[in-house]
Amino acid sequence: MNALPLILTVFVACAVEAVEALTIILAAGITREWKSTFQGAAVALVVLAIVTAAIGPALTLVPLSGLRLVVGALLAIFGLQWLRKAVLRATGYKALHDEASAYLREVAAAQAATKRSRRGVGDWYAFTLAFKGVLLEGLEVVFIVLTFGASQKNIGAAVIGAAAAIVAVTITGIAVKAPLTKVPENWMKFAVGVMLTSFGTFWGAEGAGVRWPGDDAALLVLVPVVALFAAACIFWLRSRKVAVAAPDREPEVVA
Amino acid sequence: MKQLKAFGAFWYDFVIGDDWQIAALIAIGLALTAVLTHVAKVNSWWLLPVVAFAAMAWSLHRVTSKSK
Repeated sequence: MNALPLILTVFVACAVEAVEALTIILAAGITREWKSTFQGAAVALVVLAIVTAAIGPALTLVPLSGLRLVVGALLAIFGLQWLRKAVLRATGYKALHDEASAYLREVAAAQAATKRSRRGVGDWYAFTLAFKGVLLEGLEVVFIVLTFGASQKNIGAAVIGAAAAIVAVTITGIAVKAPLTKVPENWMKFAVGVMLTSFGTFWGAEGAGVRWPGDDAALLVLVPVVALFAAACIFWLRSRKVAVAAPDREPEVVA
Repeated sequence: MKQLKAFGAFWYDFVIGDDWQIAALIAIGLALTAVLTHVAKVNSWWLLPVVAFAAMAWSLHRVTSKSK
């Protein structure tokens, strides 16, 4: 398969996670102290690099059918959860993820915490906030990079997609010096959910032993079908909401 | 013990997410696909997408019915 869909999917998925990590780093750095914030983020990146270096090569040794069965199942579950959340947010059943309010929450918590030096770190709160933020968002990036890369036997291309996303978000963050509130996060999550569900279903079924009609070309049909189904879900839930908001009334009888 | 529980809860939330029934249905779908393919010799490529769509619709139906 061409590496471009792999790189693009990983790029968009990782960009979403990087935007969330950037919000936490900005809150910690602006409110508390930049040096401790960067230390926390750097230690988290080292941990993530170790995890990737340890698991990545091991995954390439696993037989492809077994790997695709497990990875496919995980990606399909992961993708459906993202898609479900994006559909619920698009239809108003769940509040939209708002980077501006997430930033304000983090800032308020950071301002309330007292400053403490620990283990050679000037501000332990800023360090742990940045460390946790980068580690948790980064774990999702590592998961996507490893599952996509290993299933395609092309971890290098997945790493390029992830690195490009992190660099793009970091540069934009430095330029804007504020949370990236203009990023259409929910629609990016929707697109990633579609891709993860499609690839997960494709690899999972392949790992279970099926042969897709047209082989890899089946993905060209599967991706739009999943997107259409998710769009139909949005339409269904919106019309359902309207029906609940405006129930049928008995026609008034004019005497 | 508390840390072990928190570790388990993190991974449960990370992998399974908000609705465990989606994960269960995907697992069942994969198992059925494997059985159909290897035992009944049916190339059941269509089964997993159908199960995934059904799982999603069922999950959305349940969560939006509750929030009415």
